Formats: sequence, C-alpha cells, structure tokens
Amino acid sequence: MAVALRLSAVTKKFGNFTANSNISMSIEKGTIHAIVGENGAGKSTLTKMIYGMHLPTSGELFIEGKSRRFASPREAIRAGIGMAHQHFMLVPELSVTENIILGHEQSHLFSSLPLKNAKATIKKDAETYGLAVDPDALVTTLSVGEQQRVEILKLLFRQASIMIFDEPTAVLTPSERERLFETLRSLRSQGKTIILITHKLDEVLSVADTISVMRKGEIVGTVAASSVTKQELARMMVGRAVLMSVANPEASPGKTVLSLKSLGYRTRQGEVKLQNLTLQVRAGEIYGIAGVEGNGQSELLQILWALTSGEEIISGEAVVNGASIFGKKTADRVLMGIAYTPENRLRHAVITDYTVAENLLFGRHRERFFHRGAGFNNHVVNRYADELITDYDIRCGTPAKQPLSALSGGNQQKVVLARELNRPAISLLILAQPTRGVDIGAIETIHKKIIAARDRGMAILLVSSELEEIMTLSTRIGCIYKGSIRHEFSQEEVSEKKMDEQEFQKEIGFHIT
Amino acid sequence: MNNPVPMHRKYFRIFIPLLSLLSALCLGALVIALADRDPLMIFQKMFYATLGSSYGMGQVLFKMTTFIFVGLAVAIPFRLRLFNIGGEGQLLMGAFAAALTGAALPETIPSTVAIFLCTLAAMTAGACWALLAGVLKVQYGVNEVISTIMLNFIAQGITGYLLTCHFALPSTVHTTPVTAAATIPTFYKVAGWFTNSPANFSTIVALATALLCWFMMFHTRFGYEMRATGLQPDAARYGGINATVHTLTAMGTGGAAAGLGAANIILGYKHYYEAGATSGIGFTGIAVALLAGAHPLLLILSALFFGFLEYGGLTVNSMIPKEIFMIIEAATILLVISFTALGKRLL
Ligand SMILES: Nc1ncnc2c1ncn2[C@@H]1O[C@H](COP(=O)(O)OP(=O)(O)OP(=O)(O)O)[C@@H](O)[C@H]1O
Ligand SMILES: [Mg+2]
Repeated sequence: MAVALRLSAVTKKFGNFTANSNISMSIEKGTIHAIVGENGAGKSTLTKMIYGMHLPTSGELFIEGKSRRFASPREAIRAGIGMAHQHFMLVPELSVTENIILGHEQSHLFSSLPLKNAKATIKKDAETYGLAVDPDALVTTLSVGEQQRVEILKLLFRQASIMIFDEPTAVLTPSERERLFETLRSLRSQGKTIILITHKLDEVLSVADTISVMRKGEIVGTVAASSVTKQELARMMVGRAVLMSVANPEASPGKTVLSLKSLGYRTRQGEVKLQNLTLQVRAGEIYGIAGVEGNGQSELLQILWALTSGEEIISGEAVVNGASIFGKKTADRVLMGIAYTPENRLRHAVITDYTVAENLLFGRHRERFFHRGAGFNNHVVNRYADELITDYDIRCGTPAKQPLSALSGGNQQKVVLARELNRPAISLLILAQPTRGVDIGAIETIHKKIIAARDRGMAILLVSSELEEIMTLSTRIGCIYKGSIRHEFSQEEVSEKKMDEQEFQKEIGFHIT
Repeated sequence: MNNPVPMHRKYFRIFIPLLSLLSALCLGALVIALADRDPLMIFQKMFYATLGSSYGMGQVLFKMTTFIFVGLAVAIPFRLRLFNIGGEGQLLMGAFAAALTGAALPETIPSTVAIFLCTLAAMTAGACWALLAGVLKVQYGVNEVISTIMLNFIAQGITGYLLTCHFALPSTVHTTPVTAAATIPTFYKVAGWFTNSPANFSTIVALATALLCWFMMFHTRFGYEMRATGLQPDAARYGGINATVHTLTAMGTGGAAAGLGAANIILGYKHYYEAGATSGIGFTGIAVALLAGAHPLLLILSALFFGFLEYGGLTVNSMIPKEIFMIIEAATILLVISFTALGKRLL
C-alpha cells in the first residue's frame, strides 16, 4: 500500500524540553492510524507539527513521498491535511454552510457567495459519509455531536485527504461516538487517511488498523490493532500493569449533606430544563448521575455553583448541611464546604496564561494558609504546588514559571482535579466529568483519590457521561432524563448489579433514553 | 535541517520596540524632509534643546510626569479589558477641582496640608468621573468606551460653563490662582535643579505611583484576582471573584491617577485653571499605555519617550510645525503595534 505520510527523525523542542524526540513513522494511505500514550507523551505536539501549527526543530516530513515543510496550517490545508479541532472553531452566529465555506469561499471579496454550489457539495458529502446535519441551521442550535460533524464536513469541503482527530470522542455521548466511528470507517473506505488520538483503548481497538504508542516523546512501538489486547496496550503506554477498574470497598454513608427537593429550572424563553428533580447525597457516599448530555446536568451544576445568569426561573429547594444555598455567592459556598470541578475546565476552572503554581491556587487564593501580607507566601505556595504535582503526577517544568497553556491537555485537567480534591474541610464535592482527557494511568490515580475522599466522609456528587466510571465509583446511581431523576438505584442494587457490568449498563441505558 | 527561529527569538523580542522606534524616526525624518527641512538639523536641535539643557530636561520630566499619570488611568482598567477613553475628562475635572480648592483655601494654611487637600480634591473628582462610567457598566451594561467618550464631552461642557459664567476672573479665561501654600514646589526652587523648569515633586509621586501599581498588579492577591478577571471573566466568576468590585476599583483608581496628573499641571505649574489647560493630554495617555502594553513599569519609559517628543516638538516649533510631531507620535504607536503583531506571527 502507498504511504500517505512519512516522518523522518522528527524532533520538536520547546526551549530545552524535548516534546518529540527523533520520531520516524509511516502512515499508510486509506488506514486509520491511532496514536496512544500517556498525558504529556507528545501526541498533540506531533499532530500539530503535521498540521503546520509547530515547525519541527529538526527532521523531515514527507507527504506522498514529497518532502514538505509547513509554516502555517494554511499551507498544510493546501497540501490536503485537515484537523478536526477539539475545541470547535465554529462561528455560532453563522449557518452550517457559511461555517463550512469560511476561509475557503472560492469567490472574490465583493461578489456574492456561491452558497448554492457549496450546499450541494455539502449535501453530497453528508450523504456519502452519514454526516446528517441541516446545512441551513445556525451553529448555536447544534448539539456537540452535530458540531463535530460540521467540522468533518469542513475537512471534506477542503478536500483533505489526511485527517487528524485529536481526542474527538471526549465530549461525545456513547451513541454519537458509535456514529463517529461509522463515519471514520466510511472515510477510510473512500481512501482517506485518518490519524486518531484518544485515551479510550476500547475505541482504539475497535476502530483503528494500526496503533502507535508514544512514551516520553518517543514512539515505543507500532502494532496492528488486531494483534494486541487492551492490557498489553496499557502496559506499553504506561510501562507497568494498569488496573482497569479500581477496588471500590462498600461505602458506609452517614447523614444527608446535599438535599435537592423538587428542583425546577426554566429559561427566560420558557424552556424547562429541570423539573421536580429530587435527590439526596449523604456523607461518605458517591452519588452518580448517569445520563445523556443535555438532559439538565449542566443546569443542575449551574444552580449548585451559583453560575446562573439570574434571568431563569428556579424553583424548589437546595440545602447543604441544613442551610439553603440559594442566594449565596460562590465564595460563600466555598466557605460552606462545597468544592466543584466544572466540566469545561479550560474555560471555567483555570487561567491559561497564569503559571501552573498560580493555577493550583486559583479559587483557593482566599485561603489564609497561602497568604503573606497583601500577597502570597511563595515558599508555602511552591511547596504546596510541588506536593500536588508529585501526588497527581502532573508533568510540567518549573511550576512557578511554566504557564498552564504549555501543559499537555490531560495535565491541565489534572491541575484542576488536584486542586479541588485537595481542598481542606470540604463536605460536598461536585465532580463533573472528572477523568475527561486524562490517560488510563491517571484515571486509576484519580479514582483512588475520589474513593479515598469518600472514605474520609465527603459527600460526592458525580456527573459523568462515562457509564463505566459511574458504575465503578458510585454508591447510588440516579438516572437523569429530561430534567428529572427518572430512576434511582439503591446502594444494594448497585453493589449487586455491578457484578454483571454489561447487563447493568444496558439497564441504565434503558432509563436514560 | 535546523530551524533558525529559536536562536533569533530572544533577540527579536528586544528588537521589536527598538526597531519600531527606529523606523518611526526614519518615517519622521522623511516627513520632515518632505516639509523641506533638514531632518538631521532638526533632530540635532531637538536633542540639544531637551537632553542638552537642564531646563529642557526639566520640561521633559514635567511632561513625562503627566503622561505617567494619564497613562496609568488607561493602563489599570485595561488589565480588566476596560478601555478608558475618558482620561481627558477625568483630567479636566481633576484640574478644575484642584484649582477651585486651592483658591478657596486660606493663605495661612500649612503648605503640606494645602497640597494634600488640593491633590485629594483632584483625585476625588477624577475618580468620581471615571466611576460614573464604571457604575453605568456594572448596573446597566453600558459599554465603557461610549460612556467615557460622552463623559469627556460633558466634562468639557461643565468646566467650560463654570469657568466662563462663574469662576473666571474678569476679562480673563482663568480662575483665581491657588494660594501660595497649595503650589507644589519645583525642583529648581528647592534644590536648584532643572533651571527654571516646571518639573516638580509630582515626578517622584508619579514614579512611586507607577511602582505601586506594578506591585499591586503583580504581587498582591488583589492584582491576582484583577488580572484573572481581565484574562478569563468566566473563570473568574467560577473562582468566586467579584468582578463588579474590580471594575469599580479599576475605574476609580484610573480616574484618581488622572486626578494626580491634573495636580501636577495645576499645582505644580499653572497655579490656576484656564480654558484648554489640559490640551488633550488625556488622549495621549491612551497612546502611552498602549505603547507600554499596559505595564506600569514600562509605562515610565513610554511616558519619557512621549515627553521627549512633546517637548522636543515645541523646541523646533519655529522651524517645523508641531503637527509633524503629532504624526511621528501616532506613527510610532501604529508601528509598534504592527511590529508586535508581526513578531507574534513570525515566532
Ligand atoms: N507551547 C509549549 N511550550 C512548552 N512546552 C510544551 C508546549 N506545548 C506542549 N509542551 C510540552 O510538551 C509535552 C507534550 O505535550 P502534548 O500536548 O503533545 O502531550 P499529549 O501527548 O497530547 O498529552 P495529552 O494526552 O495530555 O493531551 C508536554 O510535557 C508539554 O508540557
Ligand atoms: Mg493532547
């Protein structure tokens, strides 16, 4: 088979740090080539070089046998390389068609846009690859899965022959994920070459043809997907055996910490997002909320952390340790012993231009412990940062100097988790998608920490789109559907049904759709 | 195949401002040449008239002092992504307040008290004027660019009206001079430096204020919250940071800084308020702040540069119109901004 892309001894350095070292690999045309590896292994850096976002420090890149050098994504796009961005680069106020032709209008500045032709092309592509979206819909009205389809249509419109997907499934629901894989397979059958990065090994094994494993900036092995198991792959990545599922001893819950009674949420336009939602979380238990995204989870989280805009109508009761949280500001909720890791951490939970150490303080900067005079006690802060960095295995340079934006995606996630799980005197911990974007080794660590926090008597509310995660961690499980808890599994039911995961997963699936 | 970019990167960073200054100077020379004058001769003359004489240096320092203050008035809110176009209005209100207070004080009052009261009046007036825009922003979501521009017009109207109809001395366009006690002593009077120039102790206050702002921004929890709010407002909200407090403080502090600038002009030099006393200096503050990237310490250098151009322009006024120097000033800013953007793209 022909080689679509070849890297020859490619190295990328950031200052003194080598993110990719001497990488040589070939990617065959018409295959799905997965790249896996720990957080910070250098996967995103590698694809960014292929896409022209970084220049290699040394080494060469061949596209269809020709040596190429891209100074910008524009040049890479022209050479037929496309990247489906993880943070979708779509303009919400424009229609699907307009977004797709953006930057590729094929017309003069002041002549009218060839929208009709474009629409026809898009329709054809959509049919060929099963990418159903309404070309006239505004992007704001689309679900995450649909937005991703628009991103893929954009690549097709630009006639990309090599397509890069960096963690495309992190934000998708299980059914959307299946659908994406269908699309990837049909792209492959049309001769497109696909580079796929993901932390979910099951996905890799089911969809990829070839898998390259990266560790500490190097390719440590390339294997055919049919010839490895999940365990072997994990071992290659991490360099040790990994527990696929951590031990979860039976919980012994105490008094009720969080109590939500008939919670309702209506937007100003009158859309009902939550209705009659009732649940309790007790000290020393993990209450998992299972559900398809968009069934009221984010509204619930907004209410719990005072992030509502004030224009919506909220009814019912929300009580933490006997005191209502309504009307309390975020800073006061912290004092009530509530901690929260939001779902979109890069947008809400960090300041990307701040250093790692400053980010480990963010939201906790009011704690006396860190203060000296009007500023911070650098000595204390640095010691605290070092502690968390070792504890959570955050891969970074000097924490007091390196900006968070220079960390790999998964390590940025770990910064937030470390900070929130480490808060002193929490009684209620709210976790939204706690392991999104982190590698399997880190999932193991984080799950252990969550269980340890539970055993220390914290009440934990877990919202996750990963059913496996919900099943592994939860003491009780609530299935959310259309804004209310449709079904609740008691502690006994959960520990019993957990024995047969497949069956349990099916049963939960039944209650959330 | 080795990539040469990282080698250049460090040098490039230092060179960007220098390169843009140099090219601005060349452009200036070109404009002067087009106006049929010898650029070298003009530059030489400017140089001698500013750095070459102690009076000239004093003038540059005096201008720099006002520029630091009005620059801070823009730079502090800028960190919160608030664009304060209202430096001029805040300066006007401050100047008027300082002059009126100074004129109203009895002659027997101790000098320190008099200066303190007048400066306080100027700062309060400037701060209140800026806070108006801040309140409009947090209460009604009015864009601060629009409100500060409008407030500039209103300030002009109010001061103009009050001056001509109420406070101007008969057949003049200025107010009663402030009492002698309220004048800020010049360096010349106290130490004999900077012969006869208006450079006064405000310069020291300006340097200290810039330093203080820098410390506040980069070394206190307050500054930590403030910068975070400017960088990622959504995250700041999650982190329990009260953006309203920061908006109001930043605007208020900015306005107070403009008030200090007014004190430098009125108490240190003019000693009364007259029509056109501020002559658009507030607007130059925007340029000063932008050239410094809203960094309080770099702002000192940028204010010095503008002080040099401003006074230098005056010294060659007889040979070349002052407008030429306005072109050079504005071109410098444009060049620095373009070079910085270009540099970012190249690196
Ligand atoms: N702009 C940068 N400056 C300095 N170091 C960087 C920069 N970008 C990435 N790095 C470093 O390079 C290494 C590899 O990062 P990369 O983003 O490629 O990891 P990754 O394999 O994609 O990890 P993840 O699974 O967490 O996304 C990390 O250690 C990171 O800190
Ligand atoms: Mg990555």
